Amino acid sequence: MKIATLCGMGFGTSMMLKLAVDDILKEEGITGHEVIPWDLGSFKGQQVDLVVAPTDMERHLKDSETKVVYIKNLVDEEEISEKVLTAIKELEGAQE
Amino acid sequence: MSKEDQGKPIGLLGALKENHLAVGCEASSWEDAVRLAGGILVENGVAEESYIKAMIDTIRDLGPYCVIAPGIAMPHARPEDHVLDTGFSLVTLKDPVDFGSQENDPVDIVIGFAAQDKNRHVQALREIAKLFIDRSFVEDVRSASSTGKLYDIIQSKRTQL
Repeated sequence: MKIATLCGMGFGTSMMLKLAVDDILKEEGITGHEVIPWDLGSFKGQQVDLVVAPTDMERHLKDSETKVVYIKNLVDEEEISEKVLTAIKELEGAQE
Repeated sequence: MSKEDQGKPIGLLGALKENHLAVGCEASSWEDAVRLAGGILVENGVAEESYIKAMIDTIRDLGPYCVIAPGIAMPHARPEDHVLDTGFSLVTLKDPVDFGSQENDPVDIVIGFAAQDKNRHVQALREIAKLFIDRSFVEDVRSASSTGKLYDIIQSKRTQL
């Protein structure tokens, strides 16, 4: 699965999210996913399976056709873990 | 920064020195708060003066998503916005200010940073996430009464990571 973490510039907030998602997947022993930090501008038109973004980015992503998981607290591994793992399971379930 | 250090990953120890800290500052708006954090980067030769405006414009244009956790903002702009080095600053505010964040206002801890490229600051970002996940650490940062004490709090917590 291809997972994009998004922010306005692609190296600060989205990088922080990528590091958290990478750690969570590693802890869970889940492999085979690629997590890429992206900035909003160059992300448009890219094909990914899941988007992870800060809640305050919601207004930029309203029209997204890809599933988006919104994170309120970007240092809260529990929140990120619960939301991202649930979304991955849902998407994998839908593929079967 | 020496030539051979250029491009090497920089940890929090190298990126956030004691003179990159300020405690109990007064800010009457989020713009003021960003100016304080950005001002420290400029004073320490991390970025040029115009970087501060770029930090503020980024929030105006793209929204307050840099408010990463309750009470904590991490304003920054692009590497091409007159960045000279990779570095961080940390400012605590006497009275919190609103950034317009849906979930995480009001803010009284502002972590400014400038990145020369998309890689060199990543190790420091990782350390910040690991430090600020701990609520008692966040409270210790808030209540630090001097930059010396704040620096000690960060360093002692950092060695426990």
